[in-house]
Amino acid sequence: MKWFAIAVIAASLLLPPFLAGDFYINLASQILIAAIFALSLNLLVGFGGMTSLGHASYLGVAAYISALLTSRYGLGHGSAAVVSIAGTVAMAAIFGVIALRATGLGFLMITLALSQVLWGLAYRMSNVTNGDNGIAGLTRPAPFGISINSPASFYWFVLIVAAFAFLMMAIFVSSAFGSSLKGVRDQPRRMAALGFNPWLIRWITFIYAGFWGGVSGLLYVYYHKYIHPTSLSTTSSAEALLGVIAGGSGTMGGPVVGAAVVLLIKNYASAYVERWNMLLGLVFLFIVLVMPTGIVPGVSRLTAAIRRAPP
Amino acid sequence: MQFWIIQGLNSLSLGGLLFLLSSGFSLIFGLMRLANLTHGAFFMLGTYFAASAMRSYEGLDIWVTAIGAGVMVAAIGGLFERLVLSRLRANPLGQVLVTLGMSFIISDACLVLWGGDSIPVPTPQNLQAPTRFFGFVFPTYRLVLVGCAVAAAIVLYFLLERTRLGAMIRAGVDDSQMARAVGIPVSNLSTIVFCLGAGIAGAGGVLGGPILSAYPGLDADMLPLALIVVILGGIGSLLGAFVGSFIIGFIYTFGTALFPELAYIILFLPMIFVIAFRPQGLFGRVGA
Repeated sequence: MKWFAIAVIAASLLLPPFLAGDFYINLASQILIAAIFALSLNLLVGFGGMTSLGHASYLGVAAYISALLTSRYGLGHGSAAVVSIAGTVAMAAIFGVIALRATGLGFLMITLALSQVLWGLAYRMSNVTNGDNGIAGLTRPAPFGISINSPASFYWFVLIVAAFAFLMMAIFVSSAFGSSLKGVRDQPRRMAALGFNPWLIRWITFIYAGFWGGVSGLLYVYYHKYIHPTSLSTTSSAEALLGVIAGGSGTMGGPVVGAAVVLLIKNYASAYVERWNMLLGLVFLFIVLVMPTGIVPGVSRLTAAIRRAPP
Repeated sequence: MQFWIIQGLNSLSLGGLLFLLSSGFSLIFGLMRLANLTHGAFFMLGTYFAASAMRSYEGLDIWVTAIGAGVMVAAIGGLFERLVLSRLRANPLGQVLVTLGMSFIISDACLVLWGGDSIPVPTPQNLQAPTRFFGFVFPTYRLVLVGCAVAAAIVLYFLLERTRLGAMIRAGVDDSQMARAVGIPVSNLSTIVFCLGAGIAGAGGVLGGPILSAYPGLDADMLPLALIVVILGGIGSLLGAFVGSFIIGFIYTFGTALFPELAYIILFLPMIFVIAFRPQGLFGRVGA
């Protein structure tokens, strides 16, 4: 059963470039990018108990820095990537200090306010960010001299990064530090009494989540070759949060499934209706009211029940 | 000199609007421990309502419109609270998520109904003439707006401090479980407070219409300001919302006038200052 599941997952990851058309390969790349983003948010929401509504900040800022450096200042992709990730991590460190003064809903409100400020800046500082027009005409990097301009080659590139990201985040949450993070999520005072520093544990997690958010932002801007202030908007943060909650927060598989579901709904719905935001709102209501623990825990409960039942 | 006075008055009127928005937000948070992210959308609904009503009925009184919009938005808020939020009492995260979902639904519905262009709301005719005072010229409507906010603050103060309903609400804010235990219907109070907060926001949206005009994204512009006001003033405190609104009104107006591109960064400063030195806000008693 377990091997069968692994085989199915491996097949669904490895086969698209051979079987599917360009549209579906691109869709798969987008799903992987959204999955990295959702996984990084899940470190905060699921494992850290810190519900952030401003995670799009990290995606957007990394994407904007890379876009500006490569298009306006003529920097190479390698150094631009390093600078943008470093900048995003530094921003996460500062935002973390501010937002982690509060917990719970206060944390949520501060992250939302901070990200709205960045969104406003991206719109208003039009001499830097080009405002509502966004920054177009960007290029993709060529890692080790290999062009990744075709859909299939870009898919392989994203798949390698995504696999690495998944592995790194899985190691993070299953490490001793990850256990202390879960401890701080469930029993902060007990953890403090045991000699742990809850604030520091949360802060490090916040920065780590910002780092992977920044990585997904780079992939995002490489994929679209374009960046617009909407990538910093609450809608963008909310889509990722919906992916995490819908898939099942606090699991490694949940956010991947959730991000895929959200992206598929968005793609197919936008073919028929223009009202993505309304649909997103309705999906939010539906998930919270009907499926509060998410798809992956729900399905695994279901399979466990089937296995336990006599044949 | 004229610049400073006019900008000062603009700050006061923005502060008044922010108070109408954030007082309800703060009350709802205080009683229900719920960050109502639909609040900006309620405000925007009021503005659009005013834009439609006052353009189709020439000469409709803005006060009548404000009351009408307040009642309508309060009804929508009440329905939402009863049908959705009350099912999620034990799930604070779920509550925030559905208010966020609801704000998407409302703002998108406004886009469908009213289109993407901004719709101006006419200034009432009897308030169009400027007021002259010590040789300076003031737009009358903005003066009246500040008066409205102050009046609303006084009414809310008496409602909360001098009536039985207010005493029950305060008891619920301070200790909701104990309030339930002595027989205060906290669940019904939540609905009342939610309607009240939504209604004030809707009426505030109407009154803000002549200054802001109705446009898509008004909710996304107003909500962060309200969040910053309550973080600054202290969540659940009426006085905090009042003082915070005027502080943010001044900072935002002067920031936009003097450093248009950096206005959003300047908004950061009071928030960071308060969070660093007084995380519960200037007048807050409860931590978020």
